[in-house]
Amino acid sequence: MMSIFSMPADVFLGQLLLGLINGSFYAILSLGLAVIFGLLQIINFTHGAQYMMGAFVAWMLLHYFGIGYWPALILSPLLVGLLGVLLERTLFRKLYNLDHIYGFLLTYGVALVVESAFRAQYGVSGQPYRPPSALSGIIDLDFMVLPIYRLWVVAASIVVCAATWIVVEKTKLGAYLRAATEKPVLLRAFGVNVPRMIMITYGFGVGLAALAGVLAAPIYQVSSIMGGNIMPVIFAVVVIGGMGSIGGAILTGFCLGILEAFAKLLYPPAASTVIFIAMILILTVRPAGLFGRTR
Amino acid sequence: MHEPFSEQRSLSPMLEIRRLEGWYGESHVLHGMNLSIGEGEVVTLLGRNGAGKTTTLRAIMGILDRAEGSIVFRGRELLGLPPERIARSGIGYCPEERGIFSDLTVEENLLLLPVVGEGGMRVDQIHTLFPNLKERRTSYGTKLSGGEQQMLAIGRILRTGAKLLLLDEPTEGLAPVIVEQIGVAIRLLKQKGFTILLVEQNFHFASSVADRHYVVEGGKVVDEVGNADVAARSQQLQAYLGV
Repeated sequence: MMSIFSMPADVFLGQLLLGLINGSFYAILSLGLAVIFGLLQIINFTHGAQYMMGAFVAWMLLHYFGIGYWPALILSPLLVGLLGVLLERTLFRKLYNLDHIYGFLLTYGVALVVESAFRAQYGVSGQPYRPPSALSGIIDLDFMVLPIYRLWVVAASIVVCAATWIVVEKTKLGAYLRAATEKPVLLRAFGVNVPRMIMITYGFGVGLAALAGVLAAPIYQVSSIMGGNIMPVIFAVVVIGGMGSIGGAILTGFCLGILEAFAKLLYPPAASTVIFIAMILILTVRPAGLFGRTR
Repeated sequence: MHEPFSEQRSLSPMLEIRRLEGWYGESHVLHGMNLSIGEGEVVTLLGRNGAGKTTTLRAIMGILDRAEGSIVFRGRELLGLPPERIARSGIGYCPEERGIFSDLTVEENLLLLPVVGEGGMRVDQIHTLFPNLKERRTSYGTKLSGGEQQMLAIGRILRTGAKLLLLDEPTEGLAPVIVEQIGVAIRLLKQKGFTILLVEQNFHFASSVADRHYVVEGGKVVDEVGNADVAARSQQLQAYLGV
């Protein structure tokens, strides 16, 4: 049998796909964080709670209103994103002229409140959420059996990440975003309503978190602790990629998902720590992260 | 041929600043600025570093920490409006540090600013005025020379249709040949009917482009000189500027 890196080819490809699936979530979540950090200079510690809310809203839509997966894929990010906008308008807006530590305290505090509220209501055990029938079933690739839903997650993630990257880097809207990131006051003096841009950008970043939540619901089950579980890894991804770098967040997300999958295969005890070891090594060499720039 | 400035000023001014006080944080920088500019005039603020020239422009744009008094543009009070509304009333701002966005290409910088009025210049007209901007279309902002950055900073506000341009020391730190190019551009803009408030320390440059000069000292206007009187009063002006 053929082998790659002294692994049988089927094992190698199998791990690669598993890594891509986890990496899909890492990429969407760290992309949202990077977009928010770029413009607001706030590290959104509420991101995990918003990811969890995205999954829960999808579950609630189905459970209470009989609204299925496909509408939820749009409705949940929209709803959770709007809640984010409300949060920005009422609370974050007051912090922009203060030290970053206040942004940390506030976003972290809001995350604790939200997660506790869901825990109080629904406990910590997962609520099952079935994938839609069109995405149920498996593909038999001979060397491995692959659930179609997981392939869909990888594809959806790649499309969402690529679309976001193109909008930010290649369009007029993205030019406004990059300009506002660099010189917000001057951009206002040119006639651009930067406060409104900040509000919309936060809503969009939160919407991405919620979208990841909906995508995750059929895979990881819907629980109040799902955000808290995934977020340490996401922050490591953002730090490794470089704060505020859109392309860096996406690429690092996928790569670390793959790295983690192979660590699981080669030395299982290291699987949960390999990302943090990578973080330490990379920050030693490049303190601003792989794609970050020191200002 | 333009009218003598005494007649221009009898019309109601395009921009009128009265008793303007301004602060950076706790420090009180403007102490009762008064000035007015008629439509189509080119007026300079001359003065030493720290006299309050840049601060005056920042106060007009609404990006000063705190300002009091009155800034009336085309009959409308600007003080208290957010910067984006001030810009959209038809004012183009070219800041002292040029304010080129380094993450954007020359082209993106040029096309970034929203249109705030009718009759803005087309991109090809701006390219004719500053051919360097055409050559360097795809370069990123930071890769430009100081002169090219200045051309871009002026060029991009010409597209917006703003009729009043605030130019903060456009010649600072530039080679004489570039300064000359900027001078040609400003005179051309005046011909086209733009109104320009120019902050300058280079008094020779100022007298080559402007109709009138305000001398600023200690956060207020201490003297006003018509361009025709500059030669006669050159010694006094040199003294003001400390050259």
